[in-house]
Amino acid sequence: MATPAVTLTEMRNRWLRGAIAVVALLLILGPSLLRLAFNVWLGAIATGLSFALVALGVYLTFRVLDFPDLTIDGSLPLGAALAATTIVAGVNPYWTLPISFVGGAVAGTATALIATRLRIHSLLASILVTTGLISINLRIMGRSNIPLLNTDTIFTPFAAPFRGALVRLAGEGATRYASNLLTIVLIGLLVWGIKALLDWFMRTEIGLALRATGDNPQMVRALGVNTDGMIILGLALSNGMVGLAGALVAQYQGFADVNMGLGLIIAGLAAVILGETFFRPTHFGTATTAVIVGMVIYRIAIAAALTLSIPFPGGRLSLDAQDVKLATALLVLVALWLSHSQKRG
Amino acid sequence: MLRLNDIHQTFHTGEINEVRALRGIDLELLPGQLVTVIGSNGAGKSTLFNAIAGVFAPSQGQIVIDGVDVTTWSEHRRAALIGRVFQDPLLGTAASMTIAQNLTLASLRSQRLGWRTGVTPTRRQEFHDLLAPLGLGLETRLDSRVSLLSGGQRQALTLVMATLANPKIVLLDEHTAALDPATAARILTLTSQFIEHQQLTTLMITHNMQQALANGDRTLMMDGGRIVLDISGAERQQMTVQGLIDRFSQVRHSALVEDELLLAS
Repeated sequence: MATPAVTLTEMRNRWLRGAIAVVALLLILGPSLLRLAFNVWLGAIATGLSFALVALGVYLTFRVLDFPDLTIDGSLPLGAALAATTIVAGVNPYWTLPISFVGGAVAGTATALIATRLRIHSLLASILVTTGLISINLRIMGRSNIPLLNTDTIFTPFAAPFRGALVRLAGEGATRYASNLLTIVLIGLLVWGIKALLDWFMRTEIGLALRATGDNPQMVRALGVNTDGMIILGLALSNGMVGLAGALVAQYQGFADVNMGLGLIIAGLAAVILGETFFRPTHFGTATTAVIVGMVIYRIAIAAALTLSIPFPGGRLSLDAQDVKLATALLVLVALWLSHSQKRG
Repeated sequence: MLRLNDIHQTFHTGEINEVRALRGIDLELLPGQLVTVIGSNGAGKSTLFNAIAGVFAPSQGQIVIDGVDVTTWSEHRRAALIGRVFQDPLLGTAASMTIAQNLTLASLRSQRLGWRTGVTPTRRQEFHDLLAPLGLGLETRLDSRVSLLSGGQRQALTLVMATLANPKIVLLDEHTAALDPATAARILTLTSQFIEHQQLTTLMITHNMQQALANGDRTLMMDGGRIVLDISGAERQQMTVQGLIDRFSQVRHSALVEDELLLAS
């Protein structure tokens, strides 16, 4: 018989703290959220879902493996670059998904090998690979930006029937939401499928060993598991998912750019922390859901923050697109500081 | 079952802080033997265990387990043959994982991990039957995270994990030292039960000389990277704690005299 790992009062506390966090965020961003047009909402959710695999990847390295990996800043544009060049070359867009996954996985493996075989610190190893990837991504694309506006994407085969169904359901006016809604449905299904696969993998024998490697490597070695192998596998999986996210983002946003991974690690961390704060997950399955929703919340918060306008001495203070990175960095800083002081207290 | 031939271990070779942690260890353990190991801090007890477990390759010498030369084997490869319990209860288990998940990993020792589901109903039943005789109630908490257990419960779980997949050698490194006296006694009783029941060849480090003489059938005393005393049988039965201390002082004195002679010459 399974006994609950958490008592009822503990559960109530979890929900209470989650609720407090939601209310606080709503109070700050509430007025802006109300001002958002419906399509901006949809756009934020669609963007959040396209980036959701980044959150899963960051969760896998930072939380499960306890291996701070910055390679994703390079593997997202790598996935995007591979996707854009294969699409422009006339290949079926669905091939971009496995290709980008494998590309990202190779980048992750490179970092893991540098860290485990050459005994170079994980952060430095991942910065080395990311730096090298800038040149590789430029080589793949041949220039710094490839637009995907009049090309086929993974959305093309579904666009016309989806639009038709939408008109039948909600009338002609609904068509301006069609592109965002289709993205939400299609990428939502894809992300859910990968989350389900990841949850299954974490329950297998190898998955258990991978989790234990992040928890207690000494014990895992004493039980006869090669921890280096587990780190390689974990980083390949994580960066493979991020590479796949690169392919999705490029096709949703309509371009691939060498700089699209800049500061991605902080966005990924923000999503993980937001998801954990709101849902307080106790199991791996709930944690993966939590970080996916965390990424969506993060994109909605950014969309809302961009319309934020508060009275300020000498005018009004409002955020621009260029301020998003600073705002995210501050958000993650505060969240990290809070979780540290909680542990100490 | 275990044979050590002239094991030497030197750290920081050729540097000013060179440490000769082991200086020629020869040891032969018979199957089913429980051997207790005593010695002061820095005597080389834990270094000896690390050398046997393969945490590092010895500078010199040969390690044979069950007739197989494992001297060059990596730690994780050797782990199939060796069960270990450390002093710190936190080191033996993965805290964020459940009891069933920890036991699953332990039961897979010496096997290739696969893409099969880890915690299966069959395994749960096995773990339940395995934990029930301990009388700690762990069998009803298979899905609890190990971080929710007490130090004693965690150490009992580690002991179960270390002995689960029929290891050839069990290494116990002061595994009751961090526990309160009542729990320590309890874990020690469990240890003897496991060893006797499965006929496990065991090395047990302890700081408690009474414990060293009361348990097992052979006692080693280590000092300065050497085995300075190896008693068993009638000699060991007549040995007292005071006797051990006297022997230790004798060894220490002669070592001091040796050093003085070296320095004088």
